[in-house]
Amino acid sequence: MAGLKTRKKQRLVVASIAVAAIAGAVLLVLFAMGGDSLSLFLQPSAVHAKEIEAGKRFRLGGLVAPGTFSKAEDGLTYHFTITDCAADIPVTFKGLLPDLFREGQGVVTEGRLNGTGTFVADTVLAKHDENYAPPGTMPKNAEACTHPEGLNSGYNTSPGSRG
Amino acid sequence: MHRFANPAEFNRLADAILPWAKVVMAAAFLYGLYLALYASPADYQQGESVRIMYIHVPAAWMAMFTYMVVAVASFTALVWRHPLALLAGKAAAPIGLVFTGLALLTGMLWGKPMWGTYWVWDGRLTSVLVLFFLYLGYMALWRALDEEDKAGRAASILALVGVVNIPIIKFSVDWWNTLHQPASVMRMDGPSMPVEMLWPLLTLAVAYKAYFVVVLLYRMKLEINLRKLSVLSSLEVQG
Repeated sequence: MAGLKTRKKQRLVVASIAVAAIAGAVLLVLFAMGGDSLSLFLQPSAVHAKEIEAGKRFRLGGLVAPGTFSKAEDGLTYHFTITDCAADIPVTFKGLLPDLFREGQGVVTEGRLNGTGTFVADTVLAKHDENYAPPGTMPKNAEACTHPEGLNSGYNTSPGSRG
Repeated sequence: MHRFANPAEFNRLADAILPWAKVVMAAAFLYGLYLALYASPADYQQGESVRIMYIHVPAAWMAMFTYMVVAVASFTALVWRHPLALLAGKAAAPIGLVFTGLALLTGMLWGKPMWGTYWVWDGRLTSVLVLFFLYLGYMALWRALDEEDKAGRAASILALVGVVNIPIIKFSVDWWNTLHQPASVMRMDGPSMPVEMLWPLLTLAVAYKAYFVVVLLYRMKLEINLRKLSVLSSLEVQG
């Protein structure tokens, strides 16, 4: 019986170490790959930090800055600014916006920067946040986005002043 | 623990639990669905579509919960060679597969009207799809080898390798930018939803768990009976 007990203890140790080692290895690999490569989109600050050149396709996400949304005369082209509260990028989009698209709400767009630092999107997805509330009320943790320099304060959105 | 290693003892326990689990399941499903589909408010942003949440979120919780059951059962089976633990894992996996599929499907149906797309390859959606394939792999390994012992051991090892995916699913929305929103209920500073929405959600979560208990116990009883049957028929062949 003593031998049986030792073998069980041995299996316990081996199995525990194996599970911990595999989990640790996978998590280390994920963190080594870095947040950006595994993220669905870049936020405006990251776009500026990486100095992504015009014409390169990527996804840009953040909040639709309140007061920046406008519709062009053709009725199909929209202009708005995506902000992460630290940096802004102006966006133009021609197409249908999802129902949940609003100012002050999250959005994920896909497209390219043009020569003047405007992001020309061909896809716009609405990203709803984790807050739920009945109509007419405000959620407990409403997005409190206070821009450090005020919205549209001329944060480096033109390529000349970038970097 | 070893008391339950005895199949007769297990059967007695299962028969004692089953009626209660069924009552809880029926009551929680009826009350939960009534609250979720009728007696709860719409959302200030999403409107009536928010009701998909009451089906989707408990399904996603079940997908992860069931995987943890399979993983713990596999660990117990590998270390202590506990035959009922092995059967528990085998019996639980298809339930987890179904709920993972339900979470993916309701998520897609919710994503189309809310996000504007059925699917994106973000951290949360992708890691849940991986979970779906882990369940499939576990079940396939059980069938891939003729010897029950070896098949069970191989499947159990796969289940343990895949357990790292559970924290990845949970924290994917915090570690990476995803289209999927962060947690609303299991978060440090308390749920970000009012009580009248939280209550139907938790009631349905209880209903799903009770369903799990009922189906798991029936499936384990079935496995035990199948085993008895195969022993009996082999005896007959010999006799």
